[in-house]
Amino acid sequence: MTVSPDLDRRFREAAASLDLVDVGFDVVESPIGDLFVAVSDRGLAEISFDTRAEDQLELLARIAGPRVLRAPRAVDLARRELDEYFTGRRRSFDLTLDLRAMPEFTVSVLRELAHVPYGETTTYGELAARVGRPRAARAVGTVMNRNRIPIVLPCHRVVGSTGDLVGYGGGLDRKIALLELEGAR
Amino acid sequence: MEAVAVPPFERFYAEHRSEVLRLLRRKLGRERAEDAFQETFLRALQAYRRLEHGEHLRAWVLTIARNVAVDTVRRTRPQAEPEEIGTEDRRPAYEELASLTDGLPPKERAAVVLRFGYDLSYEQIATALDSSEDAARQAASTGVRRIRRRISS
Repeated sequence: MTVSPDLDRRFREAAASLDLVDVGFDVVESPIGDLFVAVSDRGLAEISFDTRAEDQLELLARIAGPRVLRAPRAVDLARRELDEYFTGRRRSFDLTLDLRAMPEFTVSVLRELAHVPYGETTTYGELAARVGRPRAARAVGTVMNRNRIPIVLPCHRVVGSTGDLVGYGGGLDRKIALLELEGAR
Repeated sequence: MEAVAVPPFERFYAEHRSEVLRLLRRKLGRERAEDAFQETFLRALQAYRRLEHGEHLRAWVLTIARNVAVDTVRRTRPQAEPEEIGTEDRRPAYEELASLTDGLPPKERAAVVLRFGYDLSYEQIATALDSSEDAARQAASTGVRRIRRRISS
């Protein structure tokens, strides 16, 4: 017996309204492709270019609790801020972030990354220097590559010391698109 | 041997929702099954964090569904037994309300339970019931009046 889309929607709405989920997620449309967006009781926990929820749900459950449910309402605020960003009406995000279960070094790099301004770029080496580990450019690169909250934590603004784009977890095309959107290219 | 981990709720829900709905339709008919379906999975969500392992989840959720079905039948039967109310004072408010709201029309019952049992705002209730905020407020207040009349008569 199939559960009608309407019944399904009402259950998910009620679950989110009643605050009964540890993590609510949904797929958010964007000009650089659909995004998997997950919000926990502490804040934005994940943005992924891979919208097949499969791989993500277990990780989220481990971080924030097992009640991980697709619940469009739970990501409304994140969806709105992302929409504003992609339409050029927002330059920085006001969302609180859930950085639980990340190593200390990762958190300090990401906090520093959050300060790289809209429309500007920095290098892996500079970022490493700013967290007091000037020789850890490569480790910073790894943190960027594993960034769980791209776009909002702007790893697309980090480039190689020669100005090469180097790489991007979501593919170089997306990095280029984001930098062009911000007028940095 | 390591215990089976509790799966993310989404997976659990996707795996069992059809069977739960089938069971509820069989016991309650098409219309009442929908409310009971919501209630079953909301109860499951409420308890889900306390699960220690992911075994026998099917049996677990079907038991919840059966209990919800029994409650639904009991509360829609006019000669509900009033002595059941308030016998256990540790029950959460929403369970308490379940017996008090016996026999109310479904929409009013839902509004009363969500407002006073779960402490939702009328805006949230409107969303959950797919109606307007005014209609939600109206349904809750009519429901409360109906309960008062019944208690005082």
